[in-house]
Amino acid sequence: MEDLAFGLIVAITLGSAFMVVQGKQLLYSAIALLFTLFGVAGLYIFMWADFMAGVQIVIYIGGILVLLIFGIMLTNKITSVNISHTSLQRGAGVLVALSVLSFLVVMIGRTPWLEKTALEPAQTADGIGMLLMMEYLLPFEVASLLLLGALIGAAMLSRSVD
Amino acid sequence: MDSLQTYLFISAILFSLGLYGVITRRNGIAVLMGIELILNSANINFIAFARFGGMNLSGQVFALFVIIMAAAEAAVALAIIINIFNNLQTVNIDEAQQLKL
Amino acid sequence: MTGDMLINYALAILFLPLLSFIILILAGKRLPRQGDWVAIGSVLITLVLSLAMFGSMLLSHDPGFSHEASIDWMDLGAFRIEMGFLIDNITIVMLLVVALISTMTHVFSIKYMEGDIRYSRYYAYLGLFTFSMNGIVLANNLFSLYICWELVGVSSYLLIGHWFEKDSAADAGKKAFLTNRVSDIGLFIGVMLIFTALGTFNYGEIFQGVAQGDIAGTLLTLAGIGLFIGAIGKSAQFPLHIWLPDAMEGPTPVSALMHAATMVAAGVFLSVRLFPIFTSEVLLFIAYVGGFTAIFAATIAITQNDIKKVLAYSTVSQLGYMILAVGTGAYIAGFFHLVTHAMFKACLFYGSGSVIHAMHHTLQKKHDHDTDPQDMRNMGGLKSKMPVTHWTMVVAALAISGVPLFSGFLSKDAILAGTLAFGAHHPQHFLLPIFGFGAALITAFYMFRLIFMTFHNEPKFPELYDDIHESPKEMTFPLVLLSTLSIFIFYTLPYFNPLSDHGWFMELVKAKDSMVPGNPSAHEIAEGMHHSHTATMILSVLLAALGIFLSWSVYLKKRISADAWAEKLTPYYNLSLNKYFFDENYDKYLYQPLLRLAERISFIDWDLYDKYFINGFGRVTKWLSFLTGRTDYDGLDQTIVDGLGRSISKAGSSLKEVQTGRLQNYMLFALFGVVIILIFQSF
Repeated sequence: MEDLAFGLIVAITLGSAFMVVQGKQLLYSAIALLFTLFGVAGLYIFMWADFMAGVQIVIYIGGILVLLIFGIMLTNKITSVNISHTSLQRGAGVLVALSVLSFLVVMIGRTPWLEKTALEPAQTADGIGMLLMMEYLLPFEVASLLLLGALIGAAMLSRSVD
Repeated sequence: MDSLQTYLFISAILFSLGLYGVITRRNGIAVLMGIELILNSANINFIAFARFGGMNLSGQVFALFVIIMAAAEAAVALAIIINIFNNLQTVNIDEAQQLKL
Repeated sequence: MTGDMLINYALAILFLPLLSFIILILAGKRLPRQGDWVAIGSVLITLVLSLAMFGSMLLSHDPGFSHEASIDWMDLGAFRIEMGFLIDNITIVMLLVVALISTMTHVFSIKYMEGDIRYSRYYAYLGLFTFSMNGIVLANNLFSLYICWELVGVSSYLLIGHWFEKDSAADAGKKAFLTNRVSDIGLFIGVMLIFTALGTFNYGEIFQGVAQGDIAGTLLTLAGIGLFIGAIGKSAQFPLHIWLPDAMEGPTPVSALMHAATMVAAGVFLSVRLFPIFTSEVLLFIAYVGGFTAIFAATIAITQNDIKKVLAYSTVSQLGYMILAVGTGAYIAGFFHLVTHAMFKACLFYGSGSVIHAMHHTLQKKHDHDTDPQDMRNMGGLKSKMPVTHWTMVVAALAISGVPLFSGFLSKDAILAGTLAFGAHHPQHFLLPIFGFGAALITAFYMFRLIFMTFHNEPKFPELYDDIHESPKEMTFPLVLLSTLSIFIFYTLPYFNPLSDHGWFMELVKAKDSMVPGNPSAHEIAEGMHHSHTATMILSVLLAALGIFLSWSVYLKKRISADAWAEKLTPYYNLSLNKYFFDENYDKYLYQPLLRLAERISFIDWDLYDKYFINGFGRVTKWLSFLTGRTDYDGLDQTIVDGLGRSISKAGSSLKEVQTGRLQNYMLFALFGVVIILIFQSF
């Protein structure tokens, strides 16, 4: 039963990811990305990262994806000719992607992974909060600085010329 | 089925798909989507290692940071793309060729 | 005189004229009087030295005297050529003859060639000739003889063509040289046959070789004929006599020196020297050639009107006599006749020169350029105006006709005795004495015809006659000297018998035995001559008298009309006057076919070989060079050199394409690199 669900989630993830890069229309790619992100969140749950799954859905889908769709809307030229969304580099791109994939697959297959058994925690939010505040405080603060910088930068970039 | 290797395979596939999308797609926003795929695959890797490495939550923290960074980057990137759109009247990144010899 | 002294004198005699030639050729025009004193001085010294040698010969009175000296000219071990001098009595007499006649010519030419445009060159060439002639006389081997033989031919060519502005003179010079060249082939073959068989050129060694039988039979006969053919050309015997009459185009002193006395005598001299190696077949051949020439040339001389042509044919005829003598075995008689002939023939030529000079002068004063000064029909009655010339020529004419009390009688007599003896011994060769005696009759006839037509009767052109005067003493002195020497006494001393040729000459110049086994010895020949001597003398005197009488009748007393006889015998007259059409026939049957052959060969060479073969080479080369040019320009330059540039430029512009300005391209390239690194890492 679990395996079936797992398989389904994986299929959604990978299938949507494929649709993201192959979609003829940009909006289709965006919707496919939506489903991919959902699938990834599901995978997180299988990996006992419940908090992360939540974060994923809220920030990634609710923030980033929406932003992307806004961008799509803003940059949509209705009167423009429907240009194909794939470039002339397709052949090379396939080649590179496949070679990287094959390399990775071979490496992953060859490496004798050392797995440690663990207990499923009741929830992970505690643990993550603790780590954030104690061990990873500096990266946390820097991350907020980063967000500030991104905010200001984005605002600067998108203002109209005065 | 539920082994580290499986997740690693999934992440690898996502990674190469994202790479393909980055290289190939003409539209700037589509490139951004590819980047998001790559980031997600990295995230899966982190979470998987966190799970199979004795439930070390550092992995998840790291994944959190990645998401934060991805958000920031997406915002800035979109600002740039909108700027390009305003200047060049196109989102086709092939048209942004001012650095060509 | 010791042998060494003789050799030194011989060297001086030989090389002084050569020195004079070199000086005059290089600096002649700049010397005072154009340098004739250089030539005359050198030849006078030669004369003095020859006289000294002659005197020594008389004093030592040794008939068998012979001195030889040679140096190695080329020594290659197995192949040696020596050159040197052979001085015996024959040499000394001949040297004296050459020196005397040469000196006389030099003196005569002072006045005869006065004002000539190439005065110094004339004397230079005379020096060259004297040198070459002495070279022939002094040679002790066939090799240096051949060298000097050719040199004499060259001098003859140069001197005959002295007035080369005249086409006829230039052609005559060429004709002389070429005819001699033809005969020299025979001489060369003869010399080389002997050398191949015996390995030496030296006379003495050759004689030894023949005596030992190292060369005999057909080979020796062929060699002898080859050597004699050289004499045929040089001494103008039939059939190569054609050049001598034409050689009269040269100045008369030259004709006297070369074509009467010395050069043409070289052939006789050679035959005399080489007599011991001639087989009986060769001797027979020689006799017939000489005999036939003697009578045949005489028949031409009786109709000629040019004074010099008469003398030219007379020379051919007299040379025939000498050759006939050699052939019948009486070769010393032939040599004797050579010496006496040199004296009286030179005198006759000088005399004719004197007459021509006077005629020329007069015609020039009258601005008459049409009358031929050499045609006897334009002369006449010069006896009173030019007495010295007249009487000296009469003396010489008497000598040549064989009248007793003159030298010619003695020498001709000896020859005729020889022919008669030969005819008696070999009755089948009866023609030879007939030739000899017949020629004697005709000789007397035409010689006095010349005298009567030139000096007697009435002058043809009285207006010319008034201005004619005797020639200057430089010209009359040789005449007097030579005519004096034509008197018998100078050859018979210390004896005074005019009818016998016994004297210093016959005592000192002795015949040698033939080296060919089986030939009659000198003694046998002399015996035969002795027996026929009386009959000869009587017959020859009778014939001489008859000849002179006939000539006197026709030309002086005019009792018999020459023209009437000429008309009666028109075909023969024409043949004789036109010298039997020899030149015309040679031209038709020899020269023209050869010229046509030459033309055809030239066509093959010029139009076929040159055009196609040689030019073909040229074209191939041009084509090759065009190819290499193309290779260089198009191939090397364009393709490699320029191509390198172009390909680099193209590579550059291709590489330029990498800078697309597109982000994704750059990323792709980077990823390619990563992939490659990954692949390398994994293996």
